[in-house]
Amino acid sequence: MSVIILLIGVSVLVAGAFLAAFLWSVKNGQMDDDYTPSIRMLFDDEINTTKK
Amino acid sequence: MSTTNCYHCGTSCEPVIAIQEKFFCCDGCKLVYQLLDENGMCQYYDLNQMPGLTAKGSFTSEKYNYLDSPSIQDQLVQQISNDQALVIFYLPQIHCVSCVWLLEHLNKINSGIIHSQTQFEKKEIKIIYNPSLISLKELVQLLAFVGYEPMIHLGGNDLISKKKVNRKQLFKIGIAGFCFSNIMMLSFPEYLSVEASELGLLRPFFIYLNLFLSLPVLFYSASGFFISAYTGLRQKWLNIDAPIALAIIVTFSRSVYEIITHTGAGYLDSMSGIVFFMLIGRWFQDKSYDSFSFDRDYTSFFPLAATQLVNGKEENQPLASIQKGARLLIRTDEMIPADATLLSEGALIDYSFVTGEHAPVEIPLGQMVYAGGIQKGRAIEVEVVKPVGQSYITELWNSPALQNEKNKIQSFVHPWSQYFTMVLLLIALGSGMYWWWVDPSKILPAITSVLIVACPCSLLLTVTFTYGNVLRWLGRSKLYCKNASVVESMEEIDTIVFDKTGTLTNHQDTHIEFMGEELSVKDQIAIKSITRESLHPLSQLIANFYTGIDQFAKVESIQNHLGKGTRAIVEGKEYLIGSIKFLALQGVQLTSDIKGSSVAISIEGKFKGVFKINHIYRNGLVKLFQDLKSKKYHLYLLSGDKSTEQMQLAQMLGEDIPMIFEQQPDDKLAFIEKLQSEGKNVMMVGDGLNDAGALKKANVGIAVTDQSHLFTPASDAIIEGTKIPQLAQFLDYAKKGKLVIILIFILSILYNIIGMYFATRAALSPMIAAILMPISSITIVSLSALFTYLFAKGLFSKN
Repeated sequence: MSVIILLIGVSVLVAGAFLAAFLWSVKNGQMDDDYTPSIRMLFDDEINTTKK
Repeated sequence: MSTTNCYHCGTSCEPVIAIQEKFFCCDGCKLVYQLLDENGMCQYYDLNQMPGLTAKGSFTSEKYNYLDSPSIQDQLVQQISNDQALVIFYLPQIHCVSCVWLLEHLNKINSGIIHSQTQFEKKEIKIIYNPSLISLKELVQLLAFVGYEPMIHLGGNDLISKKKVNRKQLFKIGIAGFCFSNIMMLSFPEYLSVEASELGLLRPFFIYLNLFLSLPVLFYSASGFFISAYTGLRQKWLNIDAPIALAIIVTFSRSVYEIITHTGAGYLDSMSGIVFFMLIGRWFQDKSYDSFSFDRDYTSFFPLAATQLVNGKEENQPLASIQKGARLLIRTDEMIPADATLLSEGALIDYSFVTGEHAPVEIPLGQMVYAGGIQKGRAIEVEVVKPVGQSYITELWNSPALQNEKNKIQSFVHPWSQYFTMVLLLIALGSGMYWWWVDPSKILPAITSVLIVACPCSLLLTVTFTYGNVLRWLGRSKLYCKNASVVESMEEIDTIVFDKTGTLTNHQDTHIEFMGEELSVKDQIAIKSITRESLHPLSQLIANFYTGIDQFAKVESIQNHLGKGTRAIVEGKEYLIGSIKFLALQGVQLTSDIKGSSVAISIEGKFKGVFKINHIYRNGLVKLFQDLKSKKYHLYLLSGDKSTEQMQLAQMLGEDIPMIFEQQPDDKLAFIEKLQSEGKNVMMVGDGLNDAGALKKANVGIAVTDQSHLFTPASDAIIEGTKIPQLAQFLDYAKKGKLVIILIFILSILYNIIGMYFATRAALSPMIAAILMPISSITIVSLSALFTYLFAKGLFSKN
């Protein structure tokens, strides 16, 4: 049974890691703009055929 | 001749200017295309058809000279390192995918730009550039050249602080969510009532871990509720957060007590869940419209600097340092920053910011020109009479009537929450008395259970989610409210005051008609040929009036009297086109009595007639006024104009609407004040700075805009001009919002009664609390969404 203590500890740590990731992303400004990234992903990569 | 659409901006045009079978409406558009083509940036045109903005082409290089002055750069630019600087611009023109693409690939055009990132909804661009390779002025010029002229204003960078607040909210939600879900998981054995002996050591481990996890919820996530409740109590006022704070504290202390005395596991799951849901509710409600600013005062309208003439030399001066007596140079399309006297001829001032009236006014030499006007003619010189802060238009903001905060209407929910708290305390007391009689050991459990179960958060959740939904639906219909309390104020409105120009009429559409003798085709050709030469907006209107004419006559001589009229000779005949005064001065006998804005025509010294320019009233006004009247609103019409159109308005809107003309901005403000002192709840619908005072004073001020990126004065809500006819529906919908809240609140009372049943019997198990809390929250949220959706469908689909 005591292994559950360990498992719970691990699960809380994993969840905590995700929380930390979320907090980091907020702090980093990734949540400031929730619309433009959806546009930006539509851009094609450069096709450099026209370049001299 | 067939017409085509400009490859760049989509304006329909004659296929004259072309490169590689791509047609352009003007050289400006062609130049932008060429620039993009040279840099291999034609993907701009693939992402969206005809994405460009008609190139203005006419911007003068001196216009941005002030950006070279270090004091102004200090305000705008943030130095990151020696060769990196950060600047944020507001670009109201951003409207499509191509815009984002072009703006984020600016570094291909100029290598001095290191990185550029747009925020579509805020219409902002953040540019990191190398100041040694490209100056701020060049950067702004480049943006203006490709069609995205930044709006640079005095009261600019207030957005950054807003962002920080927003992030804090997300931190709180994230932490509450994390703790809530983990506490719930660890509470499972309690829900399943696993025998304590089976769990052994695990049970205390789970419980103490829960207690540990609940601490950040209590001290960080819920802090907002405590602070708000405390500030309320200090002002001797029991606000809606007070019972919530009480419930959180009681739940937490009882849980701690149970845990320490080993009598139970407490209700930490319910507590953190409530905090989590309520935070989400607030966030949902507060998510506002980023691209709109509701708090603009005059500083947002005025430029950063003006060109001052010192000993005949031009110098850029920040507005604040412009003194009385300074001589300023106002170029074409520049704004007059302070009240001043005119020192040169040729002033043609567009006061549309101030009055809403678009047609430029000619001002003779030596007269006053007022702050907020935009010079449309050639460059003029003026001498400042009053400093910027004391100008006629800025004074309006300092008027004492606007100094005191808008008397905040107390939300109808607040008294309810007070009754609720009162009833709650009575029930708690009653059950405590009962148990004191029957079994004193259950006094404390009963009282705390009552406070835990019956927290008014269901009420708060109902309100925040319903108003959040109502705001969204109104926003989708192009009425953008500042916040939820605006919706609530809209329910209370009984009086509506309309501005005329720009509100009931449409800025962009003007109706022009010719009144007078029938003109021969030859004369028509001549008039079109003369007027199309001129850049004056009225000439342009006349030129466009003769759409059927596609040939032109040779204009032999032309004399422009700036701001007055034009004298031209076509095929030996003398044409005079201009103001009535101009014609009279030239010795023409006038035969008709003309009112309103008009342009008179005479041929060979003989008066022929006038072009009368009328604003077009928006469609659907008749029905709007009928709707509003049938709903018993008191309606008023205020206008800064002369009463020339009174008859027409009375015919259209009804004789019973009081119309007051020739109203100065402070008259409008006083009028609103007067109505309010009669106990009316006033809604003001207007546009332009001349309505700014009235908009601010009114219980609800709605600013009208015809293009969402145009500046609107400070207001409670912004409505798109085309949606004005739907105003009655919007008001209706706001009322429905209140109905939804009442309906759902009745439901949440039912939940409370069930909970109360267990609580007063001192039999509230954590299980029941844990079931009731999420069920009530989820049903409330989804019912609120459903009802607001149904009502929105019912109202907005009719049009």
